[in-house]
Amino acid sequence: MAGVPGSAPALELRGITKRFGDLVANRSVDFDVVGGEVHALLGENGAGKTTVMRIAYGLTHPDAGSVLVEGHEVAIRSPRDAIAAGIGMVTQHFSLVGPMSVAENLALGRASGLRLDLDAARRRAVHAAERFGIRVDPDARVADLSVGEQQRVEILKALARDCRILILDEPTAVLVPAEIEALFATLRSLLEEGLSVVFISHKLGEVRAISNRVSVLRQGQMIGTVAGSTDERELARMMVGRPMLGVERSAGAPAPSEAEPVLRIRDLRVDGAHGRPSVEDVSLGVRGGEILGVAGVSGNGQTELMAVLSGMRRPVAGTVSVGDLDLTGADPRQMTAARVGRIPEDRHASLIPDLSVAYNLVMERLDDFRHSGRIDERAIRAHADELIARFDIRASPDDRVAALSGGNIQKVLLARVLSRDPRVLVVSQPTRGLDVGATEYVRSQLLARRADGAAVLLVSEDLDELLALADRLIVLYEGRIVGEMSAQEADREQLGMLMAGRGRNP
Amino acid sequence: MRLSSISTRYPVSPWSTPALVLFAIAITFVITAGPILLAGANPIAAYAEFVVIPLTSQFTLLEVLVSATPILFTGAAVAIAFRAGYWNIGAEGQLLLGAIAAAGVGTTVGDLPGIVALPAMLLGGAIAGAAWALLPALLRVRFGIDEVVTTLLLNPVALLLVNGLLHGPWRDPVTGFPESPRIAASAEFPALIDRSRLHLGFVIALVVIATAWYVIARTPAGLRLRAAGLSPHGARFAGINVSRTLIVAALASGAIAGLAGVSEVAGIQHRLTSGLSPGYGYTGIVVATLGTLTMGGVVLAALFLGDLTVGASTAARSLGIPSQLGAVVQGVLLLTVVALLTLRRGNSSRPVDAGPPAGESAEHEPAPTEGAVT
Amino acid sequence: MTLLIDLLAATLRNATPLVYGTVGETYAERGGVLNLGIEGTMYAGAFVGFAAALATGSPLLGLVAAVGVGLLSGAVMALLTVTFGANQHVSGIGLTIGLIGASEFANRLIFRGGELQRIEPMPLINPLPDVGPVSAVFSQYGLTWVAFLLVVPLAWWVLQRSSFGLEIRAVGENPEAADAAGVSVPRTRYLALMIGGALMAVGGAFFTLALLGSFTLDIIAGRGWVCIALVIFGRWRIGRGVVGALLFSLIYSLQFRLQILPGFGDLPFELLLALPYLVVIGALALSGRNVAYPGAYLKPYRRS
Repeated sequence: MAGVPGSAPALELRGITKRFGDLVANRSVDFDVVGGEVHALLGENGAGKTTVMRIAYGLTHPDAGSVLVEGHEVAIRSPRDAIAAGIGMVTQHFSLVGPMSVAENLALGRASGLRLDLDAARRRAVHAAERFGIRVDPDARVADLSVGEQQRVEILKALARDCRILILDEPTAVLVPAEIEALFATLRSLLEEGLSVVFISHKLGEVRAISNRVSVLRQGQMIGTVAGSTDERELARMMVGRPMLGVERSAGAPAPSEAEPVLRIRDLRVDGAHGRPSVEDVSLGVRGGEILGVAGVSGNGQTELMAVLSGMRRPVAGTVSVGDLDLTGADPRQMTAARVGRIPEDRHASLIPDLSVAYNLVMERLDDFRHSGRIDERAIRAHADELIARFDIRASPDDRVAALSGGNIQKVLLARVLSRDPRVLVVSQPTRGLDVGATEYVRSQLLARRADGAAVLLVSEDLDELLALADRLIVLYEGRIVGEMSAQEADREQLGMLMAGRGRNP
Repeated sequence: MRLSSISTRYPVSPWSTPALVLFAIAITFVITAGPILLAGANPIAAYAEFVVIPLTSQFTLLEVLVSATPILFTGAAVAIAFRAGYWNIGAEGQLLLGAIAAAGVGTTVGDLPGIVALPAMLLGGAIAGAAWALLPALLRVRFGIDEVVTTLLLNPVALLLVNGLLHGPWRDPVTGFPESPRIAASAEFPALIDRSRLHLGFVIALVVIATAWYVIARTPAGLRLRAAGLSPHGARFAGINVSRTLIVAALASGAIAGLAGVSEVAGIQHRLTSGLSPGYGYTGIVVATLGTLTMGGVVLAALFLGDLTVGASTAARSLGIPSQLGAVVQGVLLLTVVALLTLRRGNSSRPVDAGPPAGESAEHEPAPTEGAVT
Repeated sequence: MTLLIDLLAATLRNATPLVYGTVGETYAERGGVLNLGIEGTMYAGAFVGFAAALATGSPLLGLVAAVGVGLLSGAVMALLTVTFGANQHVSGIGLTIGLIGASEFANRLIFRGGELQRIEPMPLINPLPDVGPVSAVFSQYGLTWVAFLLVVPLAWWVLQRSSFGLEIRAVGENPEAADAAGVSVPRTRYLALMIGGALMAVGGAFFTLALLGSFTLDIIAGRGWVCIALVIFGRWRIGRGVVGALLFSLIYSLQFRLQILPGFGDLPFELLLALPYLVVIGALALSGRNVAYPGAYLKPYRRS
């Protein structure tokens, strides 16, 4: 029951462009959804899906472009405007007040004056249960509900405000399969009422199961819109793109020896939120002189894996070792002492932004720069001068790290780690947000460590980066390794399928 | 939202910190012109009286130093804790514990010479102050319990402890007043200058502050403390034991506040009294904030407030402005400084204007025991 | 028996300022702001209420003046912590120092340290029929009746059952969610702090307008800090906070009576008075990581 031919789409976005600094999140994106359809927005993380829909809901302001509802242009400056225009959005992080009841959450921000009509909120909840099959106990405390139930409350909130266009941002990311079925049933009953649904996802199977149409975004650009029945290989190809020209494989590099792995992880399990494991049954080994790439859409266990290898988090089960050394549950100091170099995705949080470059460069090894009880400022400065020159950091030793650009901050972290000649290097998203020059530099440094015999674990969402640098690839999906292959035999389409949860088993 | 976090830079504030502090002092003077006018005095003349006159005679100059002595200690105590990201509001209670210990030691040392009595008293006061600071620090590090409330609530408990002693076992047997017996003569701090109240405590305060400055600015332990306060996560990532750093900072803070109590007992009161501290612990928060948590700033701020205190009492006599204006100035000053320093928000992790990291540092902390593996 | 009746009457009487203060602080904290200005606000309420009553001859106008100074104090706290986003604890301490200083300054200025000024305190009233000696328990000040019969139920109802209370709780727990739902976080926090400030000031004014009929230095003597403890003791619930206030007041009134009895003079009553603080700290320690602070406690909110 798609919209009446000739009538205006329920929601239309025209020429949406959004920049964050140097980064173009959306480049003149057009998108529309008609009444009674689910229109999926597919793409990898960072493709710009969420940004364009946050713009539609007033959470982000575009640099250019317009939003039309039922054919009329509307000015959307805040969620209030969007709500008034009949747009509702369920974001990935729910906007619910945990210690309050469902009814209270539904009533929040609606009433004027002192009167709080919880009965009306309860009636709305019961009504929605009858009409859309959304069953929630209106008197339950939100914090006691499962994630799936909380999501239902969010959808109820939008419906209770008479929304006609419902945007769901990665709604299945937090759900178990049975809950996904229930969500889809709810969505189908919404469609029967003539509502429009925008379904943001990177999972091919789900997109095909629920969508009438699919639009694919890649690197901020609209690649195309196809029917929901389009075959998965084609969708995966649109999502991850064709191999780009000029990407150099790390040819001529020493092939990894058949020796024992230096970094070894066995049966690792890390607990996540809501009692579900974020990493489960992960076993892997990285040999000296090898780069093992970890592919996957973010949120599939990479952060937790990195946290364990950085010494910031204890695993629930499993072991981590480097050489003969057991590093299970080691803290950052023990990791560093074992010559494990750590470059996590959040650079700011891994440094002390308000301290100088020179201090940050020695923060892991202050005791080496002690001279009769005091800080040896001269040695720290000499050390900083040397690393600044060696790693091409565009800063002076006394600059606060906070004042540097992203690329230079990454170089500071890189210099701190690499200057200690690590035997194992664990790196996550090393070039995210960096300009071309800095990106090349960081990649060349990683390759240089590999050439020196270090074992490198590289987590990245950038397939080009993984294919250019890694010798071997594994794919993480929902905390498990769902695929493993050598870089030579890796094929983008297949990787895209695995990352989207549609692959063969390992 | 991921994309926006990439472009998040730390903007560098155009405001320099000393300029903001001076601006805050100027605003404070404008605001307090109201009460001065109400008192029927000329604000300009009053400020001259407050700030300048105390510096013009030897007697008042020395009194400025006497007034500055306790708040040099408490200001340094608060500044050290705040630098580490530990919000010790309990300097008042820690001071009182130091005073109790000083009176306890001072009344029992009897005939021992000063060379033994004074160090024993200082040590006892420092230990007592640190002990009073220990529980909230442990609760913070172990359970993530916000130390603001626990340190604050121990202040009235300490005062009740003082009163309990003074109304009970320590009541002066001679006079029957709720005051402890006088401490031994050998336990009294000697005067630095004849016929003045300026005592050894002032020198000890400066030595403590110089030492604190040296440790914070020049030693690896001090750099770790600063790192833990500026970015607990980043410090932990670099292998610093943030929990231990917080506990050490809390204990050092408590010990220094305890010394303030020793200084008042041994230097001024010569006995334990319930009115020993008119809120020196809270004034320490003013001093530390006004001094922007640096030791040099603490010295300047304590001298400035000491100057104002003496000025307020002379102004009460010469201009008929009630001396309580000093407290008004302190309160208004603290509020304007803390408000204006938010303009530096550029460096978001500086303890003065960031929210407290209560529980945050302990969030993903592995079990507090350290170093089993390797 | 007489002693027991006297004790119960004193318990209700002495609990009154704590009830106002605790309810006021609960409003501030449920809105996400720890208001350590409470001690100073109670002090200023006590002084301003007294001075206004003395000047006008009407305790009721004194009460109005106290409410005014409480609203103002709450607004200043909100300006600092909501508008500027300054540290809540440093701001609160500054407010307390400033308000106590200003009250003592004005006291000195107006009364010149002369003879103690007195007003005719509010009368004790007992609306209940006379039922023998027990009636003495119900012979209380109007402000006590108002506290228990009006303020507590109303404050509870507003917080738990009205849309405004829902907004206060929402901005204290999850300001992002409240903002997304169209609730103005700054406006709600300003109102919560101002209402809370007014209640605290009335609690302070109870001393001068009802209990004592005069203003003396150190009149609040740390009762603001007691309220901070009681709010936590009550786990941010108004009902439990009031129970805590009654318990504290019972202990306080009891030790006061025991002290003058022969044979009890040497007991360390200070230890009893320290109990509420120690109980709160002990309770915090025992609940460990499970202490349910309001979600946005101590955190300034800024839209990203």
